[in-house]
Amino acid sequence: MTTDTSHYGGLRFMRLGMLALAAGMLFGVIGGFQFLFPEFLQELLFTKTRPLHVSLVISSIFLLAIGGIYFYLPRQCRLPLFSVKAVNLHYWGFVVTGLTIIGCYLSGRFGGREYFEFPPVLSIPIFLTWILFGVNYFCTARQDKEPWPVYYWMWGTGIVFFFITYAESHLWLIPYFRENMVREIIVQWKSYGALTGSWNMLAYGTALYLATRISGCEKYSRSRLAFSLYFLGLFNLMFGWAHHTYFVPSEPWIRTFAYFVSMTELFIFGKIIWDWRASLEDWQKNRHCNAYRFLMAADVWVFVNLGLALVISVPAFNLFTHGTHITVAHAMGTTIGINIMILLASVFYVIREELPNEIHARCSSQLRTGFWLANISLAVFFVALILAGIGKGVYDGTSFQEMMTGIRPFLFAFTLSGVTMMIGFWVILWHGFRLMGQILAPVRVAEPEPA
Amino acid sequence: MSDAARHGQQVFQDKNCIACHQFYGLGGYMGPDLTNVISTRGEAYSRAFIVAGTARMPNFELTDDEVSAVVAYLGFVDQTGTYPPKDYQILWTGNVAQADDPR
Repeated sequence: MTTDTSHYGGLRFMRLGMLALAAGMLFGVIGGFQFLFPEFLQELLFTKTRPLHVSLVISSIFLLAIGGIYFYLPRQCRLPLFSVKAVNLHYWGFVVTGLTIIGCYLSGRFGGREYFEFPPVLSIPIFLTWILFGVNYFCTARQDKEPWPVYYWMWGTGIVFFFITYAESHLWLIPYFRENMVREIIVQWKSYGALTGSWNMLAYGTALYLATRISGCEKYSRSRLAFSLYFLGLFNLMFGWAHHTYFVPSEPWIRTFAYFVSMTELFIFGKIIWDWRASLEDWQKNRHCNAYRFLMAADVWVFVNLGLALVISVPAFNLFTHGTHITVAHAMGTTIGINIMILLASVFYVIREELPNEIHARCSSQLRTGFWLANISLAVFFVALILAGIGKGVYDGTSFQEMMTGIRPFLFAFTLSGVTMMIGFWVILWHGFRLMGQILAPVRVAEPEPA
Repeated sequence: MSDAARHGQQVFQDKNCIACHQFYGLGGYMGPDLTNVISTRGEAYSRAFIVAGTARMPNFELTDDEVSAVVAYLGFVDQTGTYPPKDYQILWTGNVAQADDPR
């Protein structure tokens, strides 16, 4: 129990992230049913549920990652935040902008591009709040006079590249880009690929931070190998985006270069297999630790998703998988299996550190049930999407309706597993939200009453 | 890009059509890819779908001007290339050479 409130902002971000994730999953399930039954919830068209789902889930990744950074720096890294007021401003800026975007989607006011479908003027407050975050982060982290561990670099890289790639994703506002379809689509997907890399940097930095803390072993964040993998990730962030646009008519060298860059990830793939045995031994030692359980799940999903990513990055395979549900399996598998698992590990690590063991031990069986329900459902979800993708990949372009009828059993499995996955995650999120509220409770009591 | 196509591009964004449709295989999966819909199905066919909707696609109640603008935009997109690739060669490296790659 503490009267120190410097970590209060971080916890609020994390709780809001859990709410956004719970709501985002609900819209995803509604969208799944609309895929099967287009007349389902006609008032809430798929053109609304899809952006609501995507925006809320992506927001939850940012909120949980940002919350962790705001929490860990003052609380565990012993670096007082440069400005606590800026954290509060960031939080309320995020809330107001987020609610405005949700309102725009619900009322059918679009105007942006895929993934940022809201009116582009709303990107201005997103930029401004991100500036607050960036300044606060770098001014706080620079107080550390020791050489930075790799996770500081990863968090900082994620912040800087968000600025660059988010700005780039708005180049369509300039007629030079907007009025040339090929130029625009290449720039748009270049920015999206790298933007994903920027939030991966925030999440993977969090994973390395947790691995270092849980194991008590500094080699995870200071070894030459850790920095090598960081630079490989950075290289892929900057240049590995073009597998999205292999078949947009652009210069062939872009395709060849992107193919080469994607294949460098084989190194990471090999490293995971190499470390597998040691990981299993650690799993035995830490099997009662909720955070470790989520990190291990993320490790398994990294392996599965990287395998799929490597296959679809080969142009000869991409020819058949591009524009099919296999791409969705890749996107959702990485978002849920890797990013969300890592960030839930962060939530339960914070809870384990801040609350007495007996408080969260009371819900450990429910958490275990939620964990397995979510992961088994995700496995079914992933396979169903791959099978649906194969169905679409062999579609000869004659009747779209016939193709959709053919893959309907897989879409049915995808939707049902989406429902059970949502239930599993809701159980986890409910306990995470509730327990994190208990950490905040003593802070509220300790705050002085106004005179 | 013509004024009509520019207007159609804006309508396409305002109705968030990309949530369900794709260009060059990029976009949503509820409806078909529209990259070459004008050259493969024709303007009249496309116009009929936009005006009436389908079981999967609502009628967005666009004005005649807006419908013409969207058709003009789809025509503009159609001229930029072919998707899915029709004339290609798979190389031993796993790479693909397309006939319409810029030379």
